[in-house]
Amino acid sequence: MQVAAQSKVPAGNWIEVGTLEDIPRQGARVVRHADGDIAVFRTLDDEVFALRDRCPHKGGPLSQGIVHGKRVACPLHDWKIHLDTGMAVAPDEGCAASFPVRVEGGKVFLSLIPDAGCPNK
Amino acid sequence: MAKEKLVLVGNGMAGIRTVEELLKLAPEKYEIAVFGAEPLVNYNRILLSPVLAGEKNFDDIVLNDDAWYAANGIQLHKGKEIIKVDRVRREVVAADGTKASYDRLILATGSNPFVIPVPGKELEGVVTFRDMYDIERMLAAANNHKHAVVIGGGLLGLEAANGLLKQGMAVTVVHLLDTLMEKQLDAAAAGLLKRSLEERGLNFLMPAQTEAILGETKVRAVRLKDGTEIPADLVVMAVGIRPNFTLAKKAGIHCDRGIVVNDTLQTYDPRVYAVGECVQHRGQTYGLVAPLFEQAKVCANHLAELGYSRYEGSVTSTKLKVTGIDLFSAGEFQGGEGCEEMVLKDAGRGVYKKVMLKDNRVQGAVMYGDTMDGAWYFQLMRDGTDVASLRDKLLFGQAHLGDSGHGDIKARVASLPDTAEICGCNGVCKGTIVQAITDKKLFTLEDVRAHTKASSSCGSCTGLVEALLASTLGGDYSVATKKKPVCGCTEHSHDEVRAGIKLHQLKTIRSVMDMFAWQTPDGCNKCRPALNFYLLVAWPDEYVDDNQSRFINERVHANIQKDGTYSVVPRIWGGETTPGELRALAEIAEKFQVPTVHITGGQRIDFLGVPKETLPAMWGDLSRAGFVSGHAYGKAIRTVKTCVGKNWCRFGTQDSTTMGIDLEKMSWGSWMPHKVKLAVSGCPRNCAEATIKDFGVVCVDSGYELHVGGNGGVKVRATDFLCVVKTPEEVKEYCAAFLQVYREEAHYLERTAPWVERVGLAYVKQRVVEDEAGRKALAARFLHSQTFAQVDPWGERAKGTDKHEFIPLKRVS
Ligand code: SRM
Ligand SMILES: Cc1cc2nc3c(=O)[nH]c(=O)nc-3n(C[C@H](O)[C@H](O)[C@H](O)COP(=O)(O)OP(=O)(O)OC[C@H]3O[C@@H](n4cnc5c(N)ncnc54)[C@H](O)[C@@H]3O)c2cc1C
Ligand code: SF4
Ligand code: FES
Repeated sequence: MQVAAQSKVPAGNWIEVGTLEDIPRQGARVVRHADGDIAVFRTLDDEVFALRDRCPHKGGPLSQGIVHGKRVACPLHDWKIHLDTGMAVAPDEGCAASFPVRVEGGKVFLSLIPDAGCPNK
Repeated sequence: MAKEKLVLVGNGMAGIRTVEELLKLAPEKYEIAVFGAEPLVNYNRILLSPVLAGEKNFDDIVLNDDAWYAANGIQLHKGKEIIKVDRVRREVVAADGTKASYDRLILATGSNPFVIPVPGKELEGVVTFRDMYDIERMLAAANNHKHAVVIGGGLLGLEAANGLLKQGMAVTVVHLLDTLMEKQLDAAAAGLLKRSLEERGLNFLMPAQTEAILGETKVRAVRLKDGTEIPADLVVMAVGIRPNFTLAKKAGIHCDRGIVVNDTLQTYDPRVYAVGECVQHRGQTYGLVAPLFEQAKVCANHLAELGYSRYEGSVTSTKLKVTGIDLFSAGEFQGGEGCEEMVLKDAGRGVYKKVMLKDNRVQGAVMYGDTMDGAWYFQLMRDGTDVASLRDKLLFGQAHLGDSGHGDIKARVASLPDTAEICGCNGVCKGTIVQAITDKKLFTLEDVRAHTKASSSCGSCTGLVEALLASTLGGDYSVATKKKPVCGCTEHSHDEVRAGIKLHQLKTIRSVMDMFAWQTPDGCNKCRPALNFYLLVAWPDEYVDDNQSRFINERVHANIQKDGTYSVVPRIWGGETTPGELRALAEIAEKFQVPTVHITGGQRIDFLGVPKETLPAMWGDLSRAGFVSGHAYGKAIRTVKTCVGKNWCRFGTQDSTTMGIDLEKMSWGSWMPHKVKLAVSGCPRNCAEATIKDFGVVCVDSGYELHVGGNGGVKVRATDFLCVVKTPEEVKEYCAAFLQVYREEAHYLERTAPWVERVGLAYVKQRVVEDEAGRKALAARFLHSQTFAQVDPWGERAKGTDKHEFIPLKRVS
């Protein structure tokens, strides 16, 4: 989730993954990680979200889906996932873990520690 | 409050279904532990047959993966057989010493395959057909050996035999009686079944009794009572199952032919429940999933302490899962005192139906070849409906009751009442499915399976579910006059939006959304691709394509696969190639270690399993070797299939190959409302299947027949005949004109077949055939749009376009 931009220089487990411009609007890019890929999304109005790149349905790569509003449509069977919470849009059920992200000075910082609440880490 | 402890013994279909039902009712009530003797997660045992036949693999049949157990907090003990239930200490003990205590216990230990007590039954190479381990052994044998003998001509035996045959073995079925599947079929249906299995290559020896299995350590042959010896490298025993209640019996729980339970699935020890094939209820045991799933529901209800449901036994029906054979059986079909038999036999169509009546009520039915009405008879039977008034039409099926029926599957499912059961395994009726499709906006079979469980077990009702999808969604097509919005983001229809784009000179997605007061900030994945396409057709020389409004396949010009890799299908003009091209393709496939190379149904070659990051490099090589994208991923011109035509074929009337190549060179690269396929056959024998294509050409002596609006797929539609033309130039002009009206007027995702049906063939003829000036103008517009479209997207990307698509943002170790 996005954190207000006034916070200090990221420290601890935050890592810089690139610039906002690296991610297409209404699109996503992938951060590769040994524990599983993380999809970093950018919405039409430049909000940034990060989710585990695995659809709760059958593991489809969410990063490859069409981003609309604060949702992404999984490319495999069209489940919709809320970008801010990682929850599947009802009536589908399930979630993809969400990761804290923030944008500061045009740079995107990602934490590798997922938010609590979703078992699909 | 501490949770109560629930232990399940048997990680199979009935046990886990009980847990699933319980989680729906009382997710927090129990701390659950599951013990399974098999070293696997819960899978769909029914689908072992297609796994054996090579139609599915293990991953496809997993019902609950490890993540499911974890997500629901269930402790799964795989590969741990429970050898003791201590009812005093309320504890189970596994073979390896693991213990677990319980407040309530479910026994769901299934059955054991019966092994006939003949000499040699323990030889290596003698297997049963029950679990994944058996399949592995059979597949291994199929790999190395030639001859298989299946003992038993029942449901399981035939599915095993079919599977082994498909794996390339020579298979003989030995059956004790003189009719196959005698528990489900009468002699007539069994005869038809036998004949069609023989046509597929199975051998039958029946009636025949196995006397011994021969061999030293490994099986070598099977000897029959009459002395015949049949060579065998593999022997499959499929002669029946016995409920597995050893564990229950040892624990002092009352058992007879199974573990005896009451109507709430409790055994004589009320803390201990039992469900599944191991159970005996009101004197009955069951060997099919439908009744077991009913048991699971009731058992869960009782475990959740809701206690309002009772299990009162089940009536079952059977289908055989051999691809291409339709067979249905339910209830009593052998007749008896006071029974009447109604029979329909159409040897020409290979159809046989028998309905057994008593006092004007259906007692049972057997059907072969056309099982469409099985669900209906089954319903009449279970409801005990008086069929006196239906008798004269009963055998022709439900669609013939009213005046609606042409007998096609869609009309027939449409005529079923909402209460008709569609999926026998999971007890899902038509009303539930239709409601899910409409309420939850389901578009695919997968979705329906996920939401309703219909067609998710044995899969034999897939056709019905698809027909329901087609009839529920397809209705949208036919109400062309009624306004149907593009999607939930707007009230406006496709036609209104298209007209508005031209009228108001709208040239961006944003301006369309503003003009038509879109209710969402940036649309959705239904409307954006549609708008992008409409703008592209309207302003071919100006519109800047919006990549982010394209489905992934079109965005990256490759087809996403289920594991997230991509497929690459280069264009092979008209399906004709050269040794040089093949060599280049072979080298590229080797260089990039392509896991699967497949000859497609569209006369081309598919490289499957290419990682996204590799695509540009591979495309660079393809491009250098002269290949361009085949657009196998797009709503675009796909393939142009051709036959060899008069260059070689003794029947060929025209040069169909060149005709096809010319059409493909003219049209490739063009974006379409849906995919578009072309074909050219050299004579009316039609080897290129031109009459199920969007645009098909059949060469005749006097010229070229043009056909439009066909497709294969879920709902096959043969083309409509458009006209005959004399020269190749005319073929191209008519083709271009047809493609352009379709591009300009069809709704996005409406293939030519439904489009032609919606607007009518007369309209298409008027635009393309009768109005000559109009046709020429359409063709000219098509060719103009092509000047912008025929840029190979692969070549561009190999050179660096959209680079960000193919490389990760960052790698973190
Ligand atoms: C690769 C191929 C199977 C093969 O290995 O032979 C194939 C593969 C797919 N087909 Fe097909 N179809 C292939 C020939 C066919 C044919 C045969 C033909 O073209 O003569 C048909 C029946 C003819 C027809 O289209 O009318 C066919 C009817 C379908 C349909 C049903 C279309 C319909 O109108 O009902 C779909 C579903 C869809 O498009 O919505 C489909 C969808 C698909 C998709 C795109 C499913 C998907 O979205 O992933 C598959 C893509 C796999 C991939 O990555 O390559 N495929 N598909 C064939 C590629 C041909 C090619 O060279 O481009
Ligand atoms: C090849 C094949 C095709 C079939 N086709 C159809 C079909 O088309 N339609 C249909 O309706 N039915 C079909 N069936 C039958 C259907 O699969 C069974 O009715 C169903 O699986 C039974 O469910 P269950 O839970 O009672 O037993 P199972 O699914 O067999 O589960 C029992 C589980 O308990 C385990 N177990 C046993 N004892 C212990 C112990 N002491 N400790 C721990 N674990 C133990 C076993 O290893 C097993 O995994 C088919 C079966 C087979 C084998
Ligand atoms: S969509 Fe086509 S390729 Fe994919 S499984 Fe179905 S038939 Fe095969
Ligand atoms: S994997 Fe995402 S919708 Fe199926």
